[in-house]
Amino acid sequence: MTVVSLETYAENTWCPGCGDFGILAAAKAAIQELVREGTPLENIVILSGIGCHGKIVDYINVNSFYSLHGRVLPAATGIKMANPELTVIGFAGDGDAYGEGVEHFVFSAKRNTDIVLVVHNNMVYGLTTGQYTPTSPKGYQGKSTPKGSPEEPMNPIALALASGATFVARGYAANKKHLIWLIKEAVKHRGFALVDVLQPCVTFYNTFPYFSKHVYDLQEEGHDTSDFMAAMEKAREWNHRLEGRVPIGIFYKVEKPTFEEELLKGRRPRQMPYIDTVSHVLKQHI
Amino acid sequence: MREYSVLIGGQAGDGVRQAGQMVARIFNRLGYYVFGYDDYPSLIRGGHNFSLVRAAEKRVLNHNPEVDVIIALNKETVEKHAWRLNNNSLVIFDGKEQIGVEGSKVLAVPMSAEVRKRRYHPLTRNTYALGIMAGALQIPLEILKDVVRSMLRKHVEENLELAELGYEEGKNHAIRRVEKLDNDPRPVLTGNEAVALGAAKAGLRFYIGYPMTPASSLLHYLAAHEDELNVITVHPENEIGVAMMAIGAAYAGARTMVGTAGGGFALMVESLSLTGQNEIPVVFVVNQRPAPATGVPTYTAQSDLHFVLNAGHGEFPRVVVSPGDVDEAFYLAGKALNLAWKYQVPAIILSDKHLAESYMTATFDESRVKPEEPVLWKPNGEFKRYLDTETGVSPMAFPGTPGAIVKVTSYEHDEYGITTEEPEVITKMVEKRMRKVKYIVEELKREETVKVYGEGETAIVTWGSTKGAVVEAAEKLGLKVIQPLYLEPFPTWAMEEALKGVKKLIDVEVNYGGALARLLKTYGIHVDAKILRYDGRPWTPHELEERLREVV
Repeated sequence: MTVVSLETYAENTWCPGCGDFGILAAAKAAIQELVREGTPLENIVILSGIGCHGKIVDYINVNSFYSLHGRVLPAATGIKMANPELTVIGFAGDGDAYGEGVEHFVFSAKRNTDIVLVVHNNMVYGLTTGQYTPTSPKGYQGKSTPKGSPEEPMNPIALALASGATFVARGYAANKKHLIWLIKEAVKHRGFALVDVLQPCVTFYNTFPYFSKHVYDLQEEGHDTSDFMAAMEKAREWNHRLEGRVPIGIFYKVEKPTFEEELLKGRRPRQMPYIDTVSHVLKQHI
Repeated sequence: MREYSVLIGGQAGDGVRQAGQMVARIFNRLGYYVFGYDDYPSLIRGGHNFSLVRAAEKRVLNHNPEVDVIIALNKETVEKHAWRLNNNSLVIFDGKEQIGVEGSKVLAVPMSAEVRKRRYHPLTRNTYALGIMAGALQIPLEILKDVVRSMLRKHVEENLELAELGYEEGKNHAIRRVEKLDNDPRPVLTGNEAVALGAAKAGLRFYIGYPMTPASSLLHYLAAHEDELNVITVHPENEIGVAMMAIGAAYAGARTMVGTAGGGFALMVESLSLTGQNEIPVVFVVNQRPAPATGVPTYTAQSDLHFVLNAGHGEFPRVVVSPGDVDEAFYLAGKALNLAWKYQVPAIILSDKHLAESYMTATFDESRVKPEEPVLWKPNGEFKRYLDTETGVSPMAFPGTPGAIVKVTSYEHDEYGITTEEPEVITKMVEKRMRKVKYIVEELKREETVKVYGEGETAIVTWGSTKGAVVEAAEKLGLKVIQPLYLEPFPTWAMEEALKGVKKLIDVEVNYGGALARLLKTYGIHVDAKILRYDGRPWTPHELEERLREVV
C-alpha cells in the first residue's frame, strides 16, 4: 500500500520543539491510516482557528477551512450538515475553543454533531506572545496578568461532559502513538468527539518536563468509558495545576443520534434537486 | 379609485393579525389588490395590536389612515382609532353597551358573550366579527366561508357557524356594497415570504437564523415549508454561529442564506468579513427596525443603510439590494443568491419591518428567477481555489471532489490557499478580489437597477418599502419618483439616466440623517430637500402628500 503524501510547500514557522509538531505528526499519520483504511482523501476536511495551532491547515495537503478565532465549530457543523459524507476534523487552541468560541463548544457537544475537535491546549496564548488563557492555572503570570491570573482555570473535559459530548478524550503531544490512536478513535466515533491535547509551548509555558513525568493512561489503569460519573470523577482528578497525576486517554464514549441525522432525516442536501416552481406554495396565499 | 380600508384592533393574543389576513383574502377573492399593515408592541399578551387592511382597484403598497370599518375587539380600539372614521364608516364593537362615535354608525354586538355561551374557542370571535363586516359591506357569505376553510385548521365548523350568524346581523346594517371586480385572486405575501420564495426558486438549500424581529417570520415560514421548497432550516446558538454555519455549508457546496435584524447582523459582521477574504458566497437578509441597540423591536426604520454598506473590516466587494415591495423582494432575493454564487461575494438583502411583515398582492413572474450557473472547476489539471483569472472569479470546487484539494482561509493567501505575507502576492490577491466589481457592474447594466415612476422636473428619490407611500403621493402631485434597487455596486449609470431633466430632487426616508441622500452625495448627486421621519412608523401617502406640498 502506498502512503498518500500530505506535504505542502508551506514553510513551517512554529518554534523549534513546539508541542504542535507532535499534533501535526499524529494528525498526518491518522489521516494516512484513515485513507489506507478506505476513507477517500477528498472526503476529509480539516479546519483550524487562529493562533499557533491554526497553521496546521497550511501544513497538511487536504481540504481545509482556516477559520476565524473561536469559529472552528460552527463552520465545521455547516460543512458536515451540507455534506454528511465528509470526515470533518477541527483543530483549535485553548483560547480558541474554550475562550472566544466557548458557546459554540457547548452547543456542538449538546447537538452531537459528528465532527472531531482536537484542541491544542498549551494553557497560554502563544502567537500573541504569552497571556493567560481559559486553562492557565490561577496565578499564571503572563503579559496581561503580571500580578498573576486572578481566575481559576476552566475544566474542558468536565465542560464537554456536562454539555453532552459523546466522546471525550485527552492526549499528550509528546505521546504520538497514543495520540494517533485517539484521533482515529475520535474520527470513528459517530458524534461530537473532543480530543483535548496537552501541547506544551516551549517559548511561553514549557510544561514538557512536568507532563512527561506525570501523565498516565486511563485505559492502561482500567477505566469504564461508558460510566458518566466515573468520567466526571476522572475529569476532576487534574485541572491544569502543575501538581498530581494527569490522566490521558478516553474518559467517556457513548452512542447517541447525531445532529445531522436528526436535522436531515435522510435528506442529502447536495443531491436534493432545485425546485422548478413555487406555484404550489403561492396557491396557499390566495 | 374604488378602495376600502378595514381596521381590526384588540389585545395581543386576540388573533388580530390573522383576522387582518382574512380580511385581505376576502378582498383578494373579490378581485382587489390588497395591502395589510400590522402594528404591534413587543409583548405576548395585552397591549394594543391593530391590523389595517386596504383593498383597492389599483396596486397599493401602503395603508391609509382613514378607514371604512373598524372591528373593535375592545373599547380601547375605538378610543385610539375613532379619528380614522369618516361619515360613512361602521364600527363593529364587541360589547352590549352602545358607544357613541360622532358621525359613524356603531354596531355593538356582544360577540365574546355569544362565543362564551356556545363554549367555543375565544378566537372564533374574529370570524363572528368578519361575518358582520361581510354582511355590512354586502360581500357574499360564501367568500368568507371559503377564506375560513382555506386559512383555519381548527374549529372550522364553529367558525363557519359564527360567520353565518354575524352575516345575518351585518346584513341589517349594510353601509355599502363592495363590488366584485373582474380579476382572479392573486397571492398575498409578506416581504419575508417573498424573499423566502425568491431565494428558494434560485436554489436555496439552507436557511439559517436566530430568532429576531422582524426576521423571525422568515425563519418560521421556511421551516414550515421545508419539504415544499427543498430548503433545510437551522436555528443555532447565536448569530455568530448562524453566519459561520452558513459559510461552512456554502464551502461544502450548498446555497445558503441567513436572516436577522440590525443587532443580529452586528454579530455577523466578523463572518461577513471572512466571506470577503475566503470568497465563499453567503446571502444575508437584514430587516431594519429602529435602533441603536434593541431600539423599538416591532416597528420600522431605514437606518442601517451605511451599516450594511460598510460592515466588515477590510475592503471587499459585496452586493446590496433593496426591495420596496413583494415583487421586488422575490426577484432581488433570487438575484442576490445568484450574484453571490456567480461572483463568490457576500450579498445583502436590505429590507425593513414595513416590507418584511406587511402583506400585499404579489404579481411577480416566477419564471424570471432560477438558479444561475456559478463558475465551476472542470476536473482537468491542478485545482487552485484562488486561481487568478481575468474576471477575478476562480472556478469553484467543493470538498469531496476527486482531484481537488479545496483550501479556503481567513488569512491572505496565494492561489492555492496557503497563507502569505509576500507583498506581491497580497497585491495580486487584493486586486483579483476587487476586480470582480467590474464584472458585477457589467451584469447589472443588463438588469433593471433603478426604478422610475412618472416624470417631471421635480423628482423624489427614495428606497425600500418607503417607495410605496412615495409613489402614491407623487402620482397625486404629478411628481417623478426614482428608486434604486441596488445600493452596492451603486448603479450610477441608471441614476444618471433617471435624473435627466430633473431640476429639484427631494429625498424621502425613514431615518434621521437621510442615509440615501448621504450615499448619493458620494456619487455627486445632491438632494434639495429631505423629508424624514424616525418614529418607527412608515410614511403613509396622506402624510407625505402634505409634507411634499410644503417643499415642492
